[in-house]
Amino acid sequence: MNNKLLLTHINVEGIRGFDVYRNHGGYTSVDKALKMTPEEILEEVKASGLRGRGGAGFPTGMKWSFLAKPEGVPRYLVVNADESEPGTFKDRFLMEYIPHKLIEGIIISSYCLGTNTSYIYIRGEYSWIPDILEQAIQEAKDNGFLGKNIKNTGYDLEIYVQRGAGAYVCGEETALIESLEGKRGNPRLKPPFPAVKGLYQCPTVVNNVETISSVPSIIEISGAEYAKIGVGRSTGTKLISACGNINKPGVYEIDFNLSVEEFIYSEEYCGGIPNGKKLKACIPGGSSVPIVPAKLLLKTADGETRYMNYESLSLGGFESGTMLGSGGFIVLDEDQCVVRHTMTLARFYNHESCGQCTPCREGTGWLYRILKKIEEGKGTYEDIDLLWDVQSKIEGKTICPLGDAAAWPVAAAIRHFRDEFEWHINNPECLTKNYGIANYACV
Amino acid sequence: MQPNEKLEMTENNTNNLEKIVFSDQSLKKVHEIIARYPEGKQKSALIPVLHLAQKEFGGWLDVPVMDYVASLLNITSIEVYEVATFYTMFNMRPVGKYVLEVCRTGPCMLNGSDGIIEYIKEKLQIKEGETTKDGLFTLKPAECLGACGYAPMMQMGKFYHEHLTKEKVDEIIELCKLGNIAID
Ligand SMILES: Cc1cc2nc3c(=O)[nH]c(=O)nc-3n(C[C@H](O)[C@H](O)[C@H](O)COP(=O)(O)O)c2cc1C
Ligand code: SF4
Ligand code: FES
Repeated sequence: MNNKLLLTHINVEGIRGFDVYRNHGGYTSVDKALKMTPEEILEEVKASGLRGRGGAGFPTGMKWSFLAKPEGVPRYLVVNADESEPGTFKDRFLMEYIPHKLIEGIIISSYCLGTNTSYIYIRGEYSWIPDILEQAIQEAKDNGFLGKNIKNTGYDLEIYVQRGAGAYVCGEETALIESLEGKRGNPRLKPPFPAVKGLYQCPTVVNNVETISSVPSIIEISGAEYAKIGVGRSTGTKLISACGNINKPGVYEIDFNLSVEEFIYSEEYCGGIPNGKKLKACIPGGSSVPIVPAKLLLKTADGETRYMNYESLSLGGFESGTMLGSGGFIVLDEDQCVVRHTMTLARFYNHESCGQCTPCREGTGWLYRILKKIEEGKGTYEDIDLLWDVQSKIEGKTICPLGDAAAWPVAAAIRHFRDEFEWHINNPECLTKNYGIANYACV
Repeated sequence: MQPNEKLEMTENNTNNLEKIVFSDQSLKKVHEIIARYPEGKQKSALIPVLHLAQKEFGGWLDVPVMDYVASLLNITSIEVYEVATFYTMFNMRPVGKYVLEVCRTGPCMLNGSDGIIEYIKEKLQIKEGETTKDGLFTLKPAECLGACGYAPMMQMGKFYHEHLTKEKVDEIIELCKLGNIAID
């Protein structure tokens, strides 16, 4: 229990700087990787079973093996630091407090993929973090880990930090590439996939900050050892950013065999719910994954204990399960109003839709307006059916998954909390609307 | 990216800047940025350069400023307008010296962001999106800023202010009035 791979040295003073990081074993995995061949590194990553930490959970080794390698064409590694999914703030934590972990991961990954330029695309609002990353890059360069002829291997690598300017959709990998090319963040139609035609129409791998930051541990302990940590196809450790109504919000590194109940209630993690209130519902993987009521969160519909991993959280499918997603863990206590919470999410997706596809552009507006109407006590029973109808007409009918991400939270809220929607229709005002400082139970 | 938030091209070029030219230091930065991309891909520098321009030319992107950026990067003006209007961090009209961007998405709402927004509205006597008469403050509700565990929160310039309370808001506003708080 309680393995730490990413945050092992997080409390060491000065760990943000190169020297302290190096003294605590930093960059030894680079030393090791540079003595291996790119193919050997790829085999280790495949053996580790590492899955993308950005939300979709796609196996990283497999993704890397799809990268096209035509002669004479540059390839790129782009790190996705756009982190805009409500509930998610783990990548920020990594970059802010232990930036060299990411730089170390980029060096090994780039060497493996045969790329000589890497861009870290970071959301524009994290505007103090590029300074931290650029300092780390400079330090790595000063110590011969970046630039030309790294450690006399003949391998060259430059890393640049690029700021976005406020657009959730730029977290979607093809929108991110468009944005990096200096355009609007409109997702591209796939295929072609970025692995074949990505940045500047060249083969490109896009990976999340946490994914890349996990690579040094894999090289350090070997893929096989990494795969032994965790359960089933959930290998290694995962950062969870916990927020909402809990005593100790923050970023935690967890083992995949931790139960959801222990995560919420133990002192080591969230420390329970403030003021002795009861758990009402939870969105365990960022705002795009289905909300589940307490009883389906702690146990599956079949009465099995739920654990904090990809498989366990999705048991029961969308009927009674949810997803691990990005690890943005949002807890609602008994006084919170699901309708109001869902309305803020609908407003978010409506604001963030890029507008290319009609179902998403128009549908997200409809979802928000109907939810607002119900929230304000002006709704009718037909509105609930209309809401269901609208969300079902977005899912699967758009260029990028933002449309699905907007539809799922609404569908799950109606599925599990229809009585709360009905309560709202019969009552003029949301009782929890006491400027968010809730005093009453909503149902 | 809702249409009603978007660009209004008016005659109102109110920057009152004599000449729109970057300082030598910023120009140097622009060239540094362009060098990050392959030959001929200088358009990639657009967003970083717009950030620089917004900072240097009064906190928003007036049409002549965008035209200047276009000429610097050797792209057409429309390529700049379409990008500037897409991203929420670029202001298409003048804003106050201090822009209070209070997050109001789910996790912040659960921790009382609506109360913070109401409190600021009352205290500064402005509505969402408005600027105080003295030009000091603009209130701009924001969507999730990646600080959900430290809610309620707001962004002001380069920095985040987290775990907001009414007292903390009072304190920040006081410091702004004294010009005693870092924004970049
Ligand atoms: C609307 C949308 C937003 C996304 N936002 C992010 C994000 O902020 N960070 C991220 O790493 N992945 C995000 N993704 C997932 C990326 O498209 C992509 O799958 C991911 O960067 C792949 O990296 P991984 O395999 O390492 O997880 C988003 C996807 C969608 C559809
Ligand atoms: S689904 Fe929405 S965000 Fe994605 S491409 Fe279509 S309109 Fe844009
Ligand atoms: S919801 Fe406010 S910072 Fe994420």
